[in-house]
Amino acid sequence: MLCFHVCAGEIFELKAELNSDKKEKKKEAVKKVIASMTVGKDVSALFPDVVNCMQTDNLELKKLVYLYLMNYAKSQPDMAIMAVNTFVKDCEDPNPLIRALAVRTMGCIRVDKITEYLCEPLRKCLKDEDPYVRKTAAVCVAKLHDINAQLVEDQGFLDTLKDLISDSNPMVVANAVAALSEIAESHPNSNLLDLNPQSINKLLTALNECTEWGQIFILDCLANYAPRDDRESQSICERVTPRLSHANSAVVLSAVKVLMKFMEMLPKDLDYYGTLLKKLAPPLVTLLSAEPELQYVALRNINLIVQKRPEILKHEMKVFFVKYNDPIYVKLEKLDIMIRLASQANIAQVLAELKEYATEVDVDFVRKAVRAIGRCAIKVEQSAERCVSTLLDLIQTKVNYVVQEAIVVIKDIFRKYPNKYESVIATLCENLDSLDEPEARAAMIWIVGEYAERIDNADELLESFLEGFHDESTQVQLQLLTAIVKLFLKKPTETQELVQQVLSLATQDSDNPDLRDRGYIYWRLLSTDPVAAKEVVLAEKPLISEETDLIEPTLLEELICHIGTLASVYHKPPSAFVEGSRGVMHKRLPARTGSLVSVIPSHTLSFFLGGDIGGSAAMGAGFGAVPAVMPASLNAPMGGGLGDLFDLGGGVGMPLGAYIPPKTVWLPAMKAKGLEISGTFARRAGVIQMELTLTNKAMSVMTDFAIQFNRNSFGLAPAGPLQVLSPLSPNQTIEVSLPLSTVGPVMKMEPLNNLQVAVKNNIDVFYFSCQYPISMLFVEDGKMERQVFLATWKDIPNENESQFQIKDCHLNSDAASNKLQASNIFTIAKRTVEGQDMLYMSIKLSNGIWVLAELRVQTGNPNYTISVKCRAPEVSQCVFQCCEAVLKN
Amino acid sequence: MIGGLFIYNHKGEVLISRVYRDDIGRHAVDAFRVNVIHARQQVRSPVTNIARTSFFHVKRSNIWLAAVTKQNVNAAMVFEFLYKMCDVMAAYFGKISEENIKNNFVLIYELLDEILDFGYPQNSETGALKTFITQQGIKGQTKEEQSQITSQVTGQIGWRREGIKYRRNELFLDVLESVNLLMSPQGQVLSAHVSGRVVMKSYLSGMPECKFGMNDKIVIDKAGKGGVTDDVAKSTTGKQSIAIDDCTFNQCVRLSKFDSERSISFIPPDGEYELMRYRTTKDIILPFRVIPLVREVGRTKLEVKVVIKSNFKPSLLAQKIEVRIPTPLNTSGVQVICMKGKAKYKASENAIVWKIKRMAGMKESQISAEIELLPTNDKKKWARPPISMNFEVPFAPSGLKVRYLKVFESKLNYSDHDVIKWVRYIGRSGIYETRC
Repeated sequence: MLCFHVCAGEIFELKAELNSDKKEKKKEAVKKVIASMTVGKDVSALFPDVVNCMQTDNLELKKLVYLYLMNYAKSQPDMAIMAVNTFVKDCEDPNPLIRALAVRTMGCIRVDKITEYLCEPLRKCLKDEDPYVRKTAAVCVAKLHDINAQLVEDQGFLDTLKDLISDSNPMVVANAVAALSEIAESHPNSNLLDLNPQSINKLLTALNECTEWGQIFILDCLANYAPRDDRESQSICERVTPRLSHANSAVVLSAVKVLMKFMEMLPKDLDYYGTLLKKLAPPLVTLLSAEPELQYVALRNINLIVQKRPEILKHEMKVFFVKYNDPIYVKLEKLDIMIRLASQANIAQVLAELKEYATEVDVDFVRKAVRAIGRCAIKVEQSAERCVSTLLDLIQTKVNYVVQEAIVVIKDIFRKYPNKYESVIATLCENLDSLDEPEARAAMIWIVGEYAERIDNADELLESFLEGFHDESTQVQLQLLTAIVKLFLKKPTETQELVQQVLSLATQDSDNPDLRDRGYIYWRLLSTDPVAAKEVVLAEKPLISEETDLIEPTLLEELICHIGTLASVYHKPPSAFVEGSRGVMHKRLPARTGSLVSVIPSHTLSFFLGGDIGGSAAMGAGFGAVPAVMPASLNAPMGGGLGDLFDLGGGVGMPLGAYIPPKTVWLPAMKAKGLEISGTFARRAGVIQMELTLTNKAMSVMTDFAIQFNRNSFGLAPAGPLQVLSPLSPNQTIEVSLPLSTVGPVMKMEPLNNLQVAVKNNIDVFYFSCQYPISMLFVEDGKMERQVFLATWKDIPNENESQFQIKDCHLNSDAASNKLQASNIFTIAKRTVEGQDMLYMSIKLSNGIWVLAELRVQTGNPNYTISVKCRAPEVSQCVFQCCEAVLKN
Repeated sequence: MIGGLFIYNHKGEVLISRVYRDDIGRHAVDAFRVNVIHARQQVRSPVTNIARTSFFHVKRSNIWLAAVTKQNVNAAMVFEFLYKMCDVMAAYFGKISEENIKNNFVLIYELLDEILDFGYPQNSETGALKTFITQQGIKGQTKEEQSQITSQVTGQIGWRREGIKYRRNELFLDVLESVNLLMSPQGQVLSAHVSGRVVMKSYLSGMPECKFGMNDKIVIDKAGKGGVTDDVAKSTTGKQSIAIDDCTFNQCVRLSKFDSERSISFIPPDGEYELMRYRTTKDIILPFRVIPLVREVGRTKLEVKVVIKSNFKPSLLAQKIEVRIPTPLNTSGVQVICMKGKAKYKASENAIVWKIKRMAGMKESQISAEIELLPTNDKKKWARPPISMNFEVPFAPSGLKVRYLKVFESKLNYSDHDVIKWVRYIGRSGIYETRC
């Protein structure tokens, strides 16, 4: 901390100077105060003296005093009131510059008491005749909203702000748009911006006239609009494309965002679609001639664009070639994009470049370049041979980290092209001793195990690793275990001792549960049925995917909606790095009229055996094959001992019925002129249904039933009309089931799962509200991959975690897991620590929100503990209630 | 939006600290100092996230500028703003140095108050700012002057004020190009492009409307196809036209007009400004060709021979030619022989620097050097950085030609013919490298 304490003498001196009669001396004193403030000295003691200088006609002095006020008003709220009068007076000044200055500064004084005094001057300034004052007042509404949102709503400032969007001055429009966009972000469901074709037209007109910054605000706001059809979308694109020639890179990127988003809606066979694609490439390339920091932002975005629409830049490979003097962050990003653009057409050039890079100085860059060569081999089959020989050349350099990196990628190449390049194994084995990084060691061990039959001294090689078994990292230990088992299955006669040794090391001397579990499985497998063991361990591996490091498609879509922003730089959704309610809303690309086709790379994930091989996704995918085959082929001969290991929720549990709460009376007959409604909610085959029992307790026949929902938290809406076919005669009861969709209008309710319903019949309209169990919204594909789960769990801040107790529940953990699964609460993994079972579970809501949970069950203790983590913590309570209901039912 | 803006010296001491948002506290100032400035290593990313706070930073000589936020802001905009802020400061007090910042801190605070409001960038055109941020107070202004200022700051033509008068209407137009090349040792062009700028200095009265034309292929083809036989088309059909890959314009240019008609029309700012930037990749005239020959004679000696050939009209002269030949780190001695210019081995820069003052077109020159090396046991081979070149030539390597620049001012009594116009072409080397 750099926080000086100003000595009393200095303060005293300043005090005297501030109270001096001479204007110049006063001004100099205030300057000194500001200078001290800047470096972090505490000069708050001078508050009254500085505020006394405020009443001046010297504008420079006034601005300095204002600066001081903004800094210290919060620590001295009572004294800050002293300044109010001057502000109010200044807001009436004939000089528009002074009026604007006053309203600008007042908004920055974050003292609750002052805000009430601010309202009247602000109201006047919003309607000021001078545009400079209006544009400043527009921003002031956003400031006030940040301090006291309720006040802004009550005073009607939001409406005035909306009116400013139609202002004649483009800068006023731009600032109003910026302020409204920010306010709207903290009220995700309000219709504040109210974008419709008319207002969009106004914004597009203002776009041509306002400053570069204003253009950015407007384009960013436009990107949130959902055009009604492809024609509207095309006409907006046509009016946005000229912005691609702007000198300001941020204007260009924001325009690219709008185009990338709206392009989704255009039919692909449209001529205009092709024209637009062509127009996008040159401005993206031009961004690379900007200053390095902007280049970095541009490259991070291009990385996303290339994944979403590779066709745009496929001919522009050369511009991503690394320059000797590029900063390292630009180099690394360029390299990433080069690999994504690599294809058969340009592979020769790319390889020549990569080889060049592999001799550079920066270690990270060199490593990435070596890895890139391997990725090229996997991506472009024709180049594989050249890549392998390049890698061998690099291994010959004997530069330690180059060798290690090369071995890691060669392992992937083996996986992709089995039985083709194994001749190089000898060269690899020469470098065994120099490997000191876990990833490289693990890769080398994998190669030895996989090709044990071709390596004469495979047993010696593996044995040498075994000596320091306990000093190795988990990754290497797991790999060594698997490799030796493979070796044993291939050469059983000579290696019996070795396998015994590794199994006992793994099961008896290790306290790593993953290693122990894997050891036990192998042990039992080998002792029960060696034939099955062979089938399992030496099973054919699925091919590895060509592309690695791809961003998951739904995340990619979201990031495309955030082009130009920090989210696109971090490649993370805003909710991952922004605190509070902002950014919780997930943005989506609009759907084309047809269906959206996206290619999802199939990453098979390993549960037990391969789960901890991090780093190379390609390798992880390979090991995944083992456990996937295992339960099927081992079912019959397996003893009870293994059974419990596999008895996880995933895929094995019996399909149970989902939990449906009993029907309750929602609308008593007394309140509805004789109509009684009771009902419940159910999820059947992925469809949410509202099941109603209508009873006519009146004396006359009821007809013409209809139903409507108010806006609600998850956008529930009837998917069809209420099917009551025949009239309901007195004392008759009928059962109706109404399918629901989740695409209706959204508004946050209190409690979250509250639903307000209106039912109409020939007599009247009746209103009631009911609460649905949130489990109705748990979708069937809510099972998260294990690694994603781990990453997400870590990613969600701890303050979003809430813990609950479930009392008196007498299920064991497996039964609980099965029960939960029936309601789409999926168990990802189970761990047992000191008699306590921990179940890790994931849930996906119909609106795409993920909820992660950890359930702790202690044998013999009927009280469970559940911890719920979610990016939108407000759902936690509901989720808990629901889990409790499911478990106790 | 931007939550705060800090300026530090190279030691990490705060020179300017302006906080716009409540979520940015004093600790943010220190966090950046500790994590970035004091880290004393190469910057691995210009955006740093520390404890959920994002710092955008740029460095100008010894000075760090950092914009801070906790929200998902428009990152490109923040950097553009930081650059703009450097421009504004430079326009007010010259070089951005610790001394200048300390001497002008009151002015900087005043500027920051004006060009960023609650973290939203506002009009930051120096032309407009200088009318009312003067460090002299605004007491003397009349009501008309005040409203003129506010309408200019918020208006459509925020970059130019009304009522400018010159006795002599004059225009200077510079076409500045930097030609970039990456060539393989065998003489194959790996990548080449020209990035050019059209920079203008205009001293024109009133609110003139300007129209700029160049030998852009699209415009000329269009004119040719349409069968237009005006003077312009005639005079240019003989000349070569160039294909422009992409161009960007100063905010004064009407972009929608360029998009629809490909004509460049604008009301210019007063004084110096950059009208446009462009990039070309086709048919570039590469002014120099470098032919390297490196031979390793044993483990302690290198022989280097480099030939440069100039490739343009013999009547033109290139200037300030400099060839930089990198040498290994374990160099112990160098002997150089060159036919023209001066060559020196600079141990501190690990390079032989060969300088030639002037060289006419279609000429050739050669340097040869013997480099003696100390024996080392370093396993890693020498990376052989590329040979780079610097030069200046009096033509545009892209082939761009200015066809016309017309000035119309209907309200004042001067016409296009009365304006004195100067055009100049300068081609410079950008990153002009040949691998060896």
